[in-house]
This record gives sequence, C-alpha cells and structure tokens, in this order.
Amino acid sequence: MSSDAVISLKNEFGASILEEIEFRGEHTVVVKNSDAKKALQFCRDNLGFDYLIDVSSLDNFGSEPRWEMVYELYQLANGGSRHLRVKAAYAENEKVDTVSDLWETANWHEREVYDMMGIEFEGHPDLRRILMWEGYPFFPLRKDFPLAGRPSEMPDVAFTEKAPLAGGPFVTSPTTASTEHREPRSRSMD
Amino acid sequence: MAEKTTETHHAAYDSKVEGNIIFTQVDAAINYMRKNSLWPMPMGLACCAIELMATGASRFDISRFGAEVMRFSPRQSDVMIVAGTVTYKMALAVKRVWDQMPEPKWCIAMGACASSGGMYRSYAVLQGIDNLIPVDIYISGCPPRPEALIDGLMRLQKKIEGEQSTMAQLKDGSPEEAEKDAAAVSADY
Repeated sequence: MSSDAVISLKNEFGASILEEIEFRGEHTVVVKNSDAKKALQFCRDNLGFDYLIDVSSLDNFGSEPRWEMVYELYQLANGGSRHLRVKAAYAENEKVDTVSDLWETANWHEREVYDMMGIEFEGHPDLRRILMWEGYPFFPLRKDFPLAGRPSEMPDVAFTEKAPLAGGPFVTSPTTASTEHREPRSRSMD
Repeated sequence: MAEKTTETHHAAYDSKVEGNIIFTQVDAAINYMRKNSLWPMPMGLACCAIELMATGASRFDISRFGAEVMRFSPRQSDVMIVAGTVTYKMALAVKRVWDQMPEPKWCIAMGACASSGGMYRSYAVLQGIDNLIPVDIYISGCPPRPEALIDGLMRLQKKIEGEQSTMAQLKDGSPEEAEKDAAAVSADY
C-alpha cells in the first residue's frame, strides 16, 4: 500500500522525487536536493506533518555525493500517527537549506549535524557547535576521522588527546561466516 | 591517641587535671581531626554520581565516617570525589574547581571513567582525571557500589593518618627532604 502522503508528494513534485521506499509500512522518499526544502514545506503545510522528530546526516565517504540528509517527519495532530522519512543527497561543498524556519526544533538538530559532520546550513540563525566547543578543529563523526580521536589544543578552553585503543578498535562486520570471523578481538582500521 | 589508663597509683597523678588531658603529637591530633571531618566536593558527572548520592543517603550513611557535609563550594571542601565521565569539555572546569579548593585537599577518582576513561576510548573523553589533578584513591567499578566508595573513603582516612604536615614545616633542612620523610611514613598505607 503506497502512502497517500507519498502519492501527494509525487503529484506535486513529479520528477523531483527520485526514489520511493517502503519497508514494513514505513515510507521513505528521496528528493532532489534543490527541491528538498520545498518538499518539506509541502509536507508540513499540506500533508499535516507537524512534528520533526529528528534531523540526521550520513557520510558516504568514498562515493559521490558524500552527504545525505535525513528528516524524520511525524504527524501528531488530529489523532494521526503517520511517519515519513525524507532524504536528500548533497555534494561535499554544497550547503543545505535550513528547515529551522519550518520547525523550530531543527535549529539544534542542524547545529548537531554541523558540529559532528561539518555540513553547513544556508539561512540558519545560529550555526554554532552544540556539543564540542567553539574552536575544536575537527568534525568527529566523519568517516575519515580516526576512532581514537586527534590531538588538539585550545588554551584555557579545552584540549584533546588520542585515546589509547589497547588492541582495538573492536568492530563487527556483517557476514555469514562464524562469530569468530565476524567479531575478532581486534581489526585493523586505517 | 593516648588510651584511657587504668593506672591510678602514679605518684604525680592528679586525677582532677590529668583526667582531662591527652598527650599526643601535633600531627596525630591534626590528622585525627582532618580525617574525621572530610568535607567532600561532589564532582558528579555521570551515573557514579547516583551511587555517590546513595552513599550520602540514609541507607549507607556516609556521615558515619564524618564525610556527610557535601559542599558545593570548592572553597569549603577537603576532598574532591570525581564521580563520572570527565569529557574534555568539562576537564578544565574540574581542574579549575580543584585549584580553588584550599590545602590540604585530597582527590578520589570514583569509578572506571574517572580513573581511566573507562569504556569511552573516544575523541571526547579525558582518559583518567589523573592526567590533570593528583589522585589519592582510585575506586574500581562501573559504577562502584556505595560500599566501595565507603571503603575508598576509609582508605583515604588511613592515608591521612600517616601524613606529617607540621613536621614537614618545622623540620630543619629543605622542604623537599621533609616531604620525603612524610612520604616514607605514608607509604606504609
């Protein structure tokens, strides 16, 4: 069953809807990034998605386009409990249009995305770091940032050092092989 | 501390006076007072702080050891209990609070995170508060139970018993030498 929200979006934006995914009753639409904000506004104004659950981002390091923004929408009003996920892909140096003017909550979500991934938002009223301190030189959730961290120094504010990994990192990878193969004591990462 | 004696037949003994006098060393008296009225600075940063609160509450009752007067001003505290994960963002604030505490002062690193960074081998977490401030007692556990904190506190009291603060100040010779003597004594603990 295709969701009526997805049908309305397709009627309104046509070719800008690049992909439509349904998984166990939950719907995801992938939108062309130039129309992403218009589509999100349409979802809020015409489809009744009054609540933005989360804004997050993906780092597809090594393939283009590198960034992917993910918006989780939800309807609270009128007893509705509809859920819609909207995705849009961006190249490394592209800026993303802010949606903090549509949903107030996006303000801090987008600051977190900026803090952790370094994706910048066009039109954001207050684009500062939210978890790390101003002046921290790295974006720690990028795939090319080492798990142990990197040394940095900001006098009188904070410093960081590389964490000793003591034989780690202990990471798992999906495979049909034995547990021993899937979860070795340590796996080299570079 | 001088034991109350049962010997009452000494020629020079005046029970009216000597019954109320205790002979001791200055260091022993000072240490006795210090160790039994440790005022903790609760540096609660994560889940260890919950156990710290439990230790202060009625069931475990840290006041049995004279340490119930939690002070939220560093200027009134004797022992900083670092209870929880110290992030780099918080680290210099912890150091600053520590610097504001008057001497003599002690530090307890409570739990795995404060002692070593714990399970957070991460870009964001200081790998042990001993990178910034001197730690007297480390308590293992994640988080440690209140009994463990009380045990740590009692070990700290043991350590304070052996300190020689006045001797270090009065002794002839360099302060370093006196410090060394004091360290030799407290090494027994």
